[in-house]
Amino acid sequence: MQIYLPIAEISVNAYLILGLGGLVGILSGMFGVGGGFLITPLLFFVGIPPAVAVATSTNQIVASSFSALLAHLKRRTVDFRMGWVLLIGGLIGSGLGVIVFNMLRALGQVDLLVKLCYVIFLGVIGGLMFIESLNAIRRTRKGGRATLRKKHNWIHGLPFKVRFRVSGLYISVIPPLMVGVLVGILAAIMGVGGGFIMVPAMIYLLGMPTKVVVGTSLFQIIFVTAFTTMLHATTNYTVDIVLAVLLLVGGVIGAQVGTQIGMRMKAEQLRILLAFLVLLVCGNLALDLLLQPDELFSLSPVVIK
Amino acid sequence: MRRLVVGLLLAVGLAVSANAEEEIVLGLSQAEVSISTNFNGSEILIYGAVKRETPVPQGAPLEVVMTVSGPSLPINVWRKHKRFGIWINTEAVEVDRAPSFYAVVTSGPLDHVLKRIEDLRHKISIPRAIRSVGAPMTIKDSTAFTEALIRIRSRANLYQVIEDGVKVDQQTLFRAAIALPAALTEGDYITRIFLTRGGTVVSQYQTVIDVRKVGMERWLFNLSRENAFLYGLLSLVIAIAAGWGASAAFALLRR
Repeated sequence: MQIYLPIAEISVNAYLILGLGGLVGILSGMFGVGGGFLITPLLFFVGIPPAVAVATSTNQIVASSFSALLAHLKRRTVDFRMGWVLLIGGLIGSGLGVIVFNMLRALGQVDLLVKLCYVIFLGVIGGLMFIESLNAIRRTRKGGRATLRKKHNWIHGLPFKVRFRVSGLYISVIPPLMVGVLVGILAAIMGVGGGFIMVPAMIYLLGMPTKVVVGTSLFQIIFVTAFTTMLHATTNYTVDIVLAVLLLVGGVIGAQVGTQIGMRMKAEQLRILLAFLVLLVCGNLALDLLLQPDELFSLSPVVIK
Repeated sequence: MRRLVVGLLLAVGLAVSANAEEEIVLGLSQAEVSISTNFNGSEILIYGAVKRETPVPQGAPLEVVMTVSGPSLPINVWRKHKRFGIWINTEAVEVDRAPSFYAVVTSGPLDHVLKRIEDLRHKISIPRAIRSVGAPMTIKDSTAFTEALIRIRSRANLYQVIEDGVKVDQQTLFRAAIALPAALTEGDYITRIFLTRGGTVVSQYQTVIDVRKVGMERWLFNLSRENAFLYGLLSLVIAIAAGWGASAAFALLRR
């Protein structure tokens, strides 16, 4: 069934978009990532103009994250205090990110820099997670207990300590705030929720338990992506509501299924799967930059100043 | 392609040119193309007759050339080069005017039915319909950029050349079908018909096909431009409602 999208000005197969939404929704529920880093490239592939794909996927992330968050709320795996701290940082970072984004656009190489950002961040994070979870699995196989990640390091020496009861942590608010700012900046530049950066940062940097991480990251993602959607809708007019509805119908159902799958899997397995996925997307984007493209030329509309 | 014949509207016009012995009387299967939710491209029939007071002139036979042109916009054409091991956009040429859609349909091979000088005068073939004035001094081969533009758009079926696409009967009646793709930009699609003899234009006629979004498409598009804040809020409300709805539905299923 073909549907014409009013903002993107192209006609697409409705079932294909529903399927894409569903697939990304499952991942979102399983890993607590918004799925923006997956859905945006997938939409490019279907032929949606890049500007519309980026803006619309942020709207879709709001829906699938909200659905997944409700499932986590029932299981009490959301650390609200940590969520608010991350969110304050996120909104500051998002504002900074928009300024940086406009500076890059003035230089005329925004596409390349966004792609490079993706390759570098996905590569580093995916690689680290992959190695770490592989070691964790090997340890449990040997029969020994997985070592606790709650080690004392420089983070515990910082001031403004706050007790995060749900996470079982007593640390300074500065590291979570900084993580929030970083994620906000990247979210605005790369057009993603930032879950794939925040989840590992929370696990490895802050030492939060994996089960709590997913729900808390979802809580923060909803607000950051809602803010980004409003920015895109009011400044670039690139949010396609018809495309968003198709994506999110698939997405919200997928998110519920994904949460169920996530509950039945071990934390190490979950992490290694996410690492694998992140590396896959990273490799694909890197090949795009390294291999000679079939068509050396590309078209872009002239921005009327 | 679905053939939409909404309203049979006969646009009758009289065209006067240098040689006014032969005039075009034209009809379109539809003077409007409505882009609705299930729009998936459209086919337009263009048909007409040659009106003349005198007998059919001797000599070269009558040939017909039609063009349909979408709204023109400036566009940047980028070329990639390998720098530091990766492929990046390094050079750009701004094409001042390039139609979003352009079709040339003729009754025979284009170089046979139309002289080069007439093509230049009336801007009929695709390279003539595109206007590119200033390429930066550093770029020597600026034609490669306009060629790339034509190649990319032709692949998307946005630029079409259909030779032998017009059927001419008895040097008097002619008809052609033009397929409009699904990825269509709104606007006035200027349709021109030229009658040629021996490659020289003897008569021409111009009309407009109106391509517009209708219904929900129209409403959403207007809302997104005129009331962007409300539109943004609406998309967020839908997102939150859908997220909550799915969660509630699954809770019921599990009970």
